[in-house]
Amino acid sequence: MFDTLSARLGQVFDKLRGRGALSEGDVDEALREVRVALLEADVALPVVKDFLAQVREHAVGQEVIRSVAPAQMVIKIVYDHLVSTLGSEAAGINLAAQPPVPVLMVGLQGSGKTTTTAKLALRLQNENKKKVMMASLDVHRPAAQEQLRVLGEQAGVVTLPVIAGQQPVDIAKRAMDAARLRGFDVVLLDTAGRLSIDEALMAEASLVRTAVRPSEVLLVADALTGQDAVTTAKAFHARLGVTGIVLTRVDGDSRGGAALSMRAVTGVPIKFLGAGEKLDALEPFYPDRIASRILGMGDIVSLVEKAKATIDEDDAKKMEAKLLAGSFDMDDYASQIKQMRKMGGLDGVMAMLPGVAKAKAQLAAANIDDKLLARQLAIIQSMTKEERRKVKILDASRRRRIAEGSGTSVPEVNKVLKQHRTMADMVKKIGKLGPKGLARHGLPGFPGTAGFGRN
Amino acid sequence: MTGSTTGSAPALGWLARLRTGLSKTAGALGGGIAGLLGGRKIDRATLQELEDQLVAADLGVRVAGRITKRLGDTRMGRELTPVELREALAEEIAGVLAPAERALDLTAAKPFVLLVVGVNGTGKTTTIGKLAARMRGEGRKVMIAAGDTFRAAAIEQLRVWGERAGAEVVADAPGADAAGLAFTALQKAREAKADVLLIDTAGRLQNKADLMAELAKIVRVLHKLDTTAPHAVLLVLDATTGQNARSQVEVFRGIAEVSGLVMAKLDGTARGGMLVAIAEEFGLPVYFIGVGEGVDDLQPFRATEFARSLVGLEP
Ligand SMILES: Nc1nc2c(ncn2[C@@H]2O[C@H](COP(=O)(O)OP(=O)(O)OP(=O)(O)O)[C@@H](O)[C@H]2O)c(=O)[nH]1
Ligand SMILES: Nc1nc2c(ncn2[C@@H]2O[C@H](COP(=O)(O)OP(=O)(O)OP(=O)(O)O)[C@@H](O)[C@H]2O)c(=O)[nH]1
Ligand SMILES: [Mg+2]
Ligand SMILES: [Mg+2]
Repeated sequence: MFDTLSARLGQVFDKLRGRGALSEGDVDEALREVRVALLEADVALPVVKDFLAQVREHAVGQEVIRSVAPAQMVIKIVYDHLVSTLGSEAAGINLAAQPPVPVLMVGLQGSGKTTTTAKLALRLQNENKKKVMMASLDVHRPAAQEQLRVLGEQAGVVTLPVIAGQQPVDIAKRAMDAARLRGFDVVLLDTAGRLSIDEALMAEASLVRTAVRPSEVLLVADALTGQDAVTTAKAFHARLGVTGIVLTRVDGDSRGGAALSMRAVTGVPIKFLGAGEKLDALEPFYPDRIASRILGMGDIVSLVEKAKATIDEDDAKKMEAKLLAGSFDMDDYASQIKQMRKMGGLDGVMAMLPGVAKAKAQLAAANIDDKLLARQLAIIQSMTKEERRKVKILDASRRRRIAEGSGTSVPEVNKVLKQHRTMADMVKKIGKLGPKGLARHGLPGFPGTAGFGRN
Repeated sequence: MTGSTTGSAPALGWLARLRTGLSKTAGALGGGIAGLLGGRKIDRATLQELEDQLVAADLGVRVAGRITKRLGDTRMGRELTPVELREALAEEIAGVLAPAERALDLTAAKPFVLLVVGVNGTGKTTTIGKLAARMRGEGRKVMIAAGDTFRAAAIEQLRVWGERAGAEVVADAPGADAAGLAFTALQKAREAKADVLLIDTAGRLQNKADLMAELAKIVRVLHKLDTTAPHAVLLVLDATTGQNARSQVEVFRGIAEVSGLVMAKLDGTARGGMLVAIAEEFGLPVYFIGVGEGVDDLQPFRATEFARSLVGLEP
């Protein structure tokens, strides 16, 4: 249902005139699409607005890297900003305090607090070799304390025995006392779900906080959350001084915009991701993964990175000169193919081309895939130096020889020649347009951009 | 015994609940809109701000855009006071929601088998407790099947609700086959001549094929005993859920034959605007809304009131 952002931006830039740098107009038009993408990913509106303003400032006037479509350029800028907003630091649990160290788990009803408490306990016990105790302060939800007890049993983590009728602050104090006496390192305090506008319950949590002075107050929030994420995160942070966020249900297929919303309005790091119902399904937070997920674009960004890294600037200059001269021989064709393969093959590069969908359809119609590229390369490599420079001399017998040498067939050799011709024609046209035309097309990327699928 | 379980809602209770629940929602939205104009002309800027307000209430960009566009098409250039503007907006939204306001008829079968499904933590078990209490209040004999055999203490949780509602709970050991339990429960409900059998299920994300297949199996097994069962399949949505709610409806409907919706947690700050998009696209009835954790915190869905509250007007 969602168009990917790259497809959308591709459409935007297909319409635009090419320039060497991103103009205000380009950027604004692109950012309108980014806005929709972010909102569809559930990033909260006020956060979207701030975010776009920052990106805009950054993007206007940026040089477009030659080999990369402007759409991808904008995505890259958006993505980088997204990653840095989400926070690049890998924040663990802060246990630097006199043991037993209390950790308070808070959040809305059903967000995953109790499950996350058990997951975290298991992790601290196994990986950090801590002695961990869990206690449920949830005296509201039916069987909540029993739930934590069962999870403790499953995880092999001690839970504080339940005393019927005891209230949250007293349970918290008793947990701390018990942990102190028995030499526990960490006490995880699970609490009842509460609405941020529930004055009585927020006050109760606040009293617990005052009573035990937790070194961490973790807000457990659902990755499926929509626009409410800002309201909830703000309110919990204001009342309880949240120190970290755990985002649950990232094993679902939501786009996870709540991560950005919550991080942006609280400035608090996202510490863990809940990725399943089982107790080992707790992962560290990787901002880049969530950023790609929010933009709904898989690994395009890494392709942009690769393009930057793989394309030697000198090569590019040489190629540019050749293109301007309107010449394009078999060696040039081969180097284009090689570059593509270095960058992750056809599928990868497809995403970087403007008008992706259209080009993709053309390529599909022309039956072009990565294997074919390898065969084409083999064909070109079976040519002599002279043949590569002067394709015209390739008569029937030479073609037969090349087909044999490359383990292909004459029709395949013919096809390569035809495709080379198409490209060379295109290059001539671009050459006539001068440097501006070049900037628009980048290095003519590859056969996919124009003409290739037409045979 | 009335045929409809939504018919006997005490009107005052509903209004009071809705006000305490939805007015928090309305406050923000209505305030925003009121701040927009003092009787100024409807122009593009006004519409954009209206659209923003709807987006912030989780209606989604597309639906918010369509609704404000319709408003613009009919009223562009006219001068409206903030209240008139809200009335107009509420009217547009209510128009979309109206077909979703339908009563759940429990007389079609006996026992009437009602399967409750949804993603994790949305409020399924709690909703079952509330539904059972409500149906008991209507004089029905209710039985509940503890079909969540996976989550820790899910059965104990449901037992507490069974006691609160005065309904017998049929359960098996944790880890037992949920479909098998549903089968047994239906047999028992028949023997006991129950009017309604409510079946709880474990929460599951709609993108987990194996868990969804398990749900399909529960439906199949019920079919075996009674070709018309389950007579209703309720999907419980969480009001805080954003755009993903749409795919929840789509997938659960495809796999478990969802016939109606309940939206829980509308007493918080979340607006539940996704319901507008969902009503428009899927045309499923919304039978109830959840407005709290108490046994009485379940209310029939009223399109006009929901829409009016959504834009900050008194229901
Ligand atoms: N798929 C998935 N389910 C999760 C995850 N975390 C928790 N759950 C499930 O979400 C549901 C609610 O989890 P709980 O831990 O009971 O949530 P809670 O916040 O303690 O709920 P309350 O105490 O009622 O407020 C359960 O069905 C859990 O199994 C997760 O990361 N992924
Ligand atoms: N404020 C509020 N809380 C609700 C409402 N409905 C349910 N809850 C709370 O949400 C939490 C989860 O509810 P459950 O009924 O356990 O949800 P579930 O869908 O059965 O969860 P799983 O079985 O774990 O998937 C509990 O703390 C409930 O008290 C509601 O309408 N309003
Ligand atoms: Mg809990
Ligand atoms: Mg449940």
